[in-house]
Order: sequence, then C-alpha cells, then structure tokens
Amino acid sequence: MRALVVTLAAAAMLAACATSTDKSTQEGAKVEERGKPASKPEVARVEAGKPAGSSTFAALKDPNNILSKRSIYYDYDKFDVRDDYRSLVEAHAKFLRENPSAKMLVQGNTDERGSREYNVGLGQRRSDGVKRMLQLLGAREEQIESVSLGEEKPQTDGHNEDAWSKNRRSDMLYNGEY
Amino acid sequence: MLSRTITLIAALACVPAAHAQLSIEITGAGAQRVPIAVAPFAGEAALGGGITGIVRADLERSGLFRGLEVPPMSPPLTEASSVSYPEWRARLADALLLGSVLERPDGRYEVRFRLFDVVKQAPLGGVAYTLGKDQARATAHRIADFVYEKLTGEKGVFSTRIAYVVKRGNRYELQIADSDGAGAQTALASFEPIISPAWSPDGRRLAYVSFENKKPVVYVHALADGKRQVVANFKGSNSAPAWSPDGARLAVTLSREGGSQIFLINPDGSGVRRLTSSSAIDTEPRFSPDGRFIYFTSDRGGSPQVYRMPASGGEPQRVTFEGSYNVSPRISPDGKTLAYITRNEGKFQVALLDLSNRQVQILTDSDRDESPSFAPNGRMILLATVIAGRGVLSAVSADARVKQRLSATAGDVREPAWGPFID
Repeated sequence: MRALVVTLAAAAMLAACATSTDKSTQEGAKVEERGKPASKPEVARVEAGKPAGSSTFAALKDPNNILSKRSIYYDYDKFDVRDDYRSLVEAHAKFLRENPSAKMLVQGNTDERGSREYNVGLGQRRSDGVKRMLQLLGAREEQIESVSLGEEKPQTDGHNEDAWSKNRRSDMLYNGEY
Repeated sequence: MLSRTITLIAALACVPAAHAQLSIEITGAGAQRVPIAVAPFAGEAALGGGITGIVRADLERSGLFRGLEVPPMSPPLTEASSVSYPEWRARLADALLLGSVLERPDGRYEVRFRLFDVVKQAPLGGVAYTLGKDQARATAHRIADFVYEKLTGEKGVFSTRIAYVVKRGNRYELQIADSDGAGAQTALASFEPIISPAWSPDGRRLAYVSFENKKPVVYVHALADGKRQVVANFKGSNSAPAWSPDGARLAVTLSREGGSQIFLINPDGSGVRRLTSSSAIDTEPRFSPDGRFIYFTSDRGGSPQVYRMPASGGEPQRVTFEGSYNVSPRISPDGKTLAYITRNEGKFQVALLDLSNRQVQILTDSDRDESPSFAPNGRMILLATVIAGRGVLSAVSADARVKQRLSATAGDVREPAWGPFID
C-alpha cells in the first residue's frame, strides 16, 4: 500500500515536472519525437475521351448492304472466324481491296469471365484472326489494325450465356468511326 | 509480454465507417486482438473532432486491435497525464493511447500523443505534430501507424493510399483515396474504360491502360499536376503496365509484333525491348521485389498459368500447377508468397502460394474475384469482387482471418491498386 502511494506520488511529481518543462520550452518535452507533418497529396483531375464520328463511305452505312454488318461472334473459348461469318469477312476484304484509302480497326472482345488483362490477350487473338483472314483475302496489312477491348465493352450487360455469347465478338470499324 | 497476455476474442466485429464515399465494413477479424484504450484526445473539438475516432477505426479495421470505450474524464486525459497502470489493467487494456490537441497562436494546431504498454507498465513513446486543420485526417492515420508499428513490430499502412476505378453508367473514373476509403479524389474521368492502375514506387505516378482512343494505350500519369505521358501507343494493343522496383522501367504487354507479348519500356516511352517470344498470350507481368524476376500469366501450356522468368528475359519456369486457370500473379512485398486468381469449380477466388513449400491456400469465399493487390506491409490483400451484382472492393488478410468490404454509394468499383509507403 505504501509502495503504491509512493509510486503515485512519484508519478504525479514526474507529471508535474513534464508540465513545467513543457512550459519552459516551446517545442515541448512530453513526447520523444517531433513528427513530420502529414500532408494530403494533391490529385489533379483530368478529363479524357472524345465522341466517335462516322465513316464517309456511304456503302458502309446502308442497312441493306452486308458491309453495314460489322460484328463476328464466337463460341466459348473459340478464336477462329466461324464459317457462317466467312461471307461477311469476304465482303469487307473486297471493300478494302477496292478502296485502298479505307482503313479498318478490328476490335476483339471477350465475355466478362476471368482476368481483365488476360481477356485483353484473348480479344487480341480474335481480332488478329480477323485481320489475318482479311489479308489472306487480299486486304493490305497497313489497312488493318487489330486491337482488343478485352471484356471492357460488352454489347449486352447480362451475366449469363445469352449475354456472354453476344459479347464474344470482333467489331470492324472504318476510319472516321474511331 | 503484450502478445502473451492478449485476451482471446473470436467475435465478428461489424463497424460501419462514417461519411466516406467508399464505406468499409469489417466482416471478419483476427482471432487475437489487442485491447487498446484510446482516450478522447483532449481539445480535439478545435480540429473538428475526429482524431480519436479515426485512430480507433484504423486500428480496429486492421483486425488486430479492439478499441475499448474510454468515457470522457474531468479534467480530460492528455499525454501529460499520469498513468495508473493497474487502473487501465482493470479496464482490460493492454495498451493505452493518450493525446491532446492545442490551438497555436499562429492558427495552426499541435497534436501530441503518448503510447503506453499497460502490461509492461512502460511508455512506448510519443510524437508531436504541428499541422493545419486540413491535415487532421492524415495526422490521425500517422498516429495509428505509430501505434500499429510499436505494438505489432511491422509498419502500418493507414497513411497509404489506394487507387481504383469507379464505373457509373458509361462514365469511368480513376480515383485515389486514403486506405480507409475516405477523401476520394478523381485523377482521370473518361467515357471509355480505364484498367490496370499501377503505382510508381515513389507513389507520385500511376501507370494505367486507358481505352479513350478506342484501343488500349498505356499512360503514366503524375497525380499532383495531372500531366500524362503516353508510354506505349503502338499499333495493336498496349496493356498490363508494371513498374520495376527502382521505377526506371515498365514491363508492358504489346501486340505490335503479333500476339500478346511482354516488353520492357522506359516510362517516357523509349527503349522498347521484347522479353518473351512465344505464340501464346504472355501478359500481366509483375517484378519481384528484388527486381530480379518477372512473374506473368501465359497460356503456352494450353491453359493460363503463372510463370516466372529473369527480368532481363530468358527461359520461363512454370510456377502454378493446380487447376486449369491461374492468372493475375502478385508477389508479396517480402517476395515469399504469390497471390493470384484461381478458377475453382467456376468460381474465381484469391489463392496464396507459399513459394518455399508450394502450399496453396484459397483466401476468399466470394466467386468473382479479380485484381489482387498487396498492402505495402504484406498484411492485407485488396481485391475486386462482385456482391449482389455490384462491383465492390474487398480486403483479406494473408492469413485469411481478417476481411473487409469497401463499396461506393453508387456504381461499380474495380481495379484496386494499393499504393506504396509514403514519407
């Protein structure tokens, strides 16, 4: 009991000391360190992106022309152009052949499942396949750029096979449209 | 001593965070939590309050601490108060934090605190900060970091920041927030997707992939002034940026030579050098913390798996073997474990591989996990997942015990990246 009282008294004295020390020095002696002030780093805001335009080639916009069709769809885990899209790719290859000034961006897409970056790779595999086929059909290499949007631009937002089958696709865009 | 006298508490805590754009819910806590008494900082009303609350919330969110209620006392406790250890022991506290806020004549504030080990009956040190009112939150995180480091022996991450992407309708925003989700600021707003943010080692810049030009292009973005540098905009796709630990180089995935292959490039876009040469998809490169290796995803063996190669290129070795879909490798800050996403009966979950004994542990019970990201102290892993159809961020401790969820008031949150320690 006496020990406790002594301890408390000593503690009180120490506390008193600390307080008086503090008053005598502006920096204060109660704490061991002086911390570097924490500042909140500034973040500047940037706006990006521009709206897409449209092509100057009339045939590409005519809904009765096969060239207005721009999407090739794929089965799950498949990357080659299916036979039922062969005539569509042939029509676009013919257009590119006959219009040397036309340029095409092929965007490969995947469904939403799995890694976003690996899906960029899978979408690239699809668009590369379309580009290769267009070239085999006579389009020039420098007319076509194949890229991937991965899973980022789904045509449909659902989370089932019906939606996924619409999102596994390659889209063909002409200059002016991208 | 402290750790040996910890009260065993296995309760689930549920502490909703206040008024943040991203709110955090703690859905699981560590089995052993240090009971700490954080006395209300005397005079903190002058700073708009909040220091005590933020420190306590930070510590509790870590899953390693349990905050004890300390009623206001008269006169109020400060770091200069004498400490009766037996009294705090009787309140079941293992540690005690006392502090105060003083308004200075120049209009700035002085925040002081002192931390005590109640079990050892010893002071553990204290710090005084001079700050402006707008630095109150950052200072509270600094105090929580001090407490965390003194009591656990490892650095705290409360002062670090996270980057993530919010999608609302057709708008995408790359945002930066405190590690508790508060104080979110938008670095980039776009009508096209933004993915794969990666912090520079100094925490001042983010590399990312933006689709604003209708294709993936890699940028480096200085946060303070918003200055952007196009790093890789070659013909084809440019994606998956990863910084070397010295910040001198980026590994990226380019399709410019056909397929998707890994290249090195300088942050100013110069010095492109191809690292992989396969007919497969090679992507998602990540440097090991010592800079000697690059871990990456490749489907060269038929299914996507994690591989490792020397950072200067060379023969890759396969790292993951279990399962047919193992992607998004992230090496821990100490280089000893590898987090990645594995597909397990149709569920995508975070797996942790111990590189020394090859043991694999699944850390999550969600089913659409993506983009794991280690906290700089290696304790927690931030990830994106989907809960009730909405994209949310979630965090899990490397021992799978502590779980948190961060969700935005509106929109989908994804692509988290935990920033480095900052001074």
